[in-house]
Amino acid sequence: MSDRLTGLIVMVVALAFFVGATQLESPFFADPLGPKAFPMMISSVALIAGMVMVLRPDEPPQWPELVTIGRLILATIILVFYAYSLKPFGFLLSTAVAAAALSYQIKTNFINSILTGLGLSVGLFLIFKFALGLSLSAFPRGFLW
Amino acid sequence: MVFYGEPVLELLTNLELGFSVALSPSTLMLAVIGCVLGTAIGALPGLGPSNGVAILIPLSFSLGLDATAALVLMTAVYYGAMYGGRISSILLNIPGDEPAMMTTLDGYPMAKQGRAGDALVLSGVASFVGAFLATLGLMLLAPLLAQIAFLFGPAEYFALYLLAFCTLGGIGSSNQAKAAIAVCLGLGIAMVGVDNTTGLTRFTGGSLHLFDGIDFLVAIVGLFAVSEVFIFIESHGRDSSIGVKLEKVTIPFKQIFETRWTMLRSSVIGFVAGVLPGAGASLGSFLAYMAEKSIARDKSGFGRGEARGVAAPEAGNNSAAGGALVPMLTLGVPGSGTTAVLLALLMTLNITPGPLLFTERPEVVWGLIASLLIANVVLLVLNVPLVKVFSRVLQVPAAILLPGVTMVSFVGIYSLSGSYFDLLLMICFGVLGYFLRKMSIPTVPVILGILLGGHMEVSLRRAMVLSDGDWTYLFSSSIAIGLWVAAIAGFIAPLFLRRFLSVSAINK
Repeated sequence: MSDRLTGLIVMVVALAFFVGATQLESPFFADPLGPKAFPMMISSVALIAGMVMVLRPDEPPQWPELVTIGRLILATIILVFYAYSLKPFGFLLSTAVAAAALSYQIKTNFINSILTGLGLSVGLFLIFKFALGLSLSAFPRGFLW
Repeated sequence: MVFYGEPVLELLTNLELGFSVALSPSTLMLAVIGCVLGTAIGALPGLGPSNGVAILIPLSFSLGLDATAALVLMTAVYYGAMYGGRISSILLNIPGDEPAMMTTLDGYPMAKQGRAGDALVLSGVASFVGAFLATLGLMLLAPLLAQIAFLFGPAEYFALYLLAFCTLGGIGSSNQAKAAIAVCLGLGIAMVGVDNTTGLTRFTGGSLHLFDGIDFLVAIVGLFAVSEVFIFIESHGRDSSIGVKLEKVTIPFKQIFETRWTMLRSSVIGFVAGVLPGAGASLGSFLAYMAEKSIARDKSGFGRGEARGVAAPEAGNNSAAGGALVPMLTLGVPGSGTTAVLLALLMTLNITPGPLLFTERPEVVWGLIASLLIANVVLLVLNVPLVKVFSRVLQVPAAILLPGVTMVSFVGIYSLSGSYFDLLLMICFGVLGYFLRKMSIPTVPVILGILLGGHMEVSLRRAMVLSDGDWTYLFSSSIAIGLWVAAIAGFIAPLFLRRFLSVSAINK
């Protein structure tokens, strides 16, 4: 089932890509092939490959349980927050929080996660700042970075 | 055209140039750091050479190292990681990376019999022999191939890229359709952005961030490193099985001497496997092990801690790693996942691999080769005294390691561009990588597609300009025809070979 669904998604995306390519307007001075041909070739190959996946699916992979899916989504959200918090909150704070939260998702141990967060945040900061000389802003004030 | 009247002298002059670049104190220092770092990365389960090199590229770039220095550092990491992969194979029965898989077959049984130290040192020496011979092979073969590469026009390059994708997809995956999807995904991503020939923007959806295209480093770090975090969360950071304890480490001279021919044979096999585009180190170690097993008179020891079963895959694996550099440097076509990442490094440093590299930037090529030789010696010397330290690295729990990898990835990508958009894109690639891996769609062809897509399209379009739109031009030279035949064979042959290989793998 997973393979058939993936194959179908691939086909839809490939088709969209193909249509997108046909709608590119070739300037009149373009080379004989133009900007459309190669994308159209790629999407045709993908379309066929997607069809093969739909027609001849492999054994489905083992998908995680619902709880784990929740953890995975949570981890993604943590990463997105981390991406946005780096600048306004500075490296130390945002890294400590994000690393602790991620660590907790991998192994549910509250104390260890906090320690991991703190350790990674300070340790990596020292390495980045002093060994590698990256200009990191440690604290949530300036916008030096 | 260089005239190879006295090839030996030529080689020596080149090597002298290389060593004059690589033997400066700062470069040597970088080589040692790279080796240690690489071995640690290789030893960590789940963090192989491609991931390791991938997360370090943005950092080495933001350090402002010059091209040669960055290259020395990263190739030392690369060789180190190939070297370190065996440590967790032997002690934990978990390969640190895919090519190290074959080493678990006899390495782990050896360790269980209390010969962990012997297995580690023996595999270290085998790695050295493999890597050293491969570097020699690289020195001899690369300039020759570079000469041939001068004959390549756009039609030949197009066929060559096709060959790389076909063999990589054919050999590297268990399902041709999935490999093809991976390649198309990569090529499709490469199409995003401004088309250099016409100045037209393609597939950006109007987003200004995408005008310059998608940075391959963002894709690589996302697909390789961030997706690893998701995989680990799924497995609940299942703590690695209790490893074998490492007692006192001594040098098993007798076994090293006994396996000398094994090492030599396996190095040759590995090198050939590495040079073939798309085949890479996994095939090298697999073939080396299988060959050694099939010619052994007494096969009963294999799988139960046979010394030859440890020496063969390690020599083959490291030799293939060196061999894979040949097509990467001379043609710009990487032979494996990690060399694809190294190609990304070269492109970031504004070095275009190809035949011209050998004549225009000899200091880069020969500096690299010299630093590979140095890295090999450093790794061999570090082998015995530091193997205990590296075996400690294995005990870093996933709950600390993986968040650390994530943070390093974020800082690396952020320091490149300073844009939130790239970070978000990296997370998207991480999620995508997770799904691809779950669906057993290989991720390496995606990377290769992103890296080579632009070049592939340009060579096709140039060929069409030269021939004024005549498609038969693509098959107009014997080199091009040969490459097309090889490409088709490389894609189809595994369909039949796989049956044979899986049968021979089962009949242990």
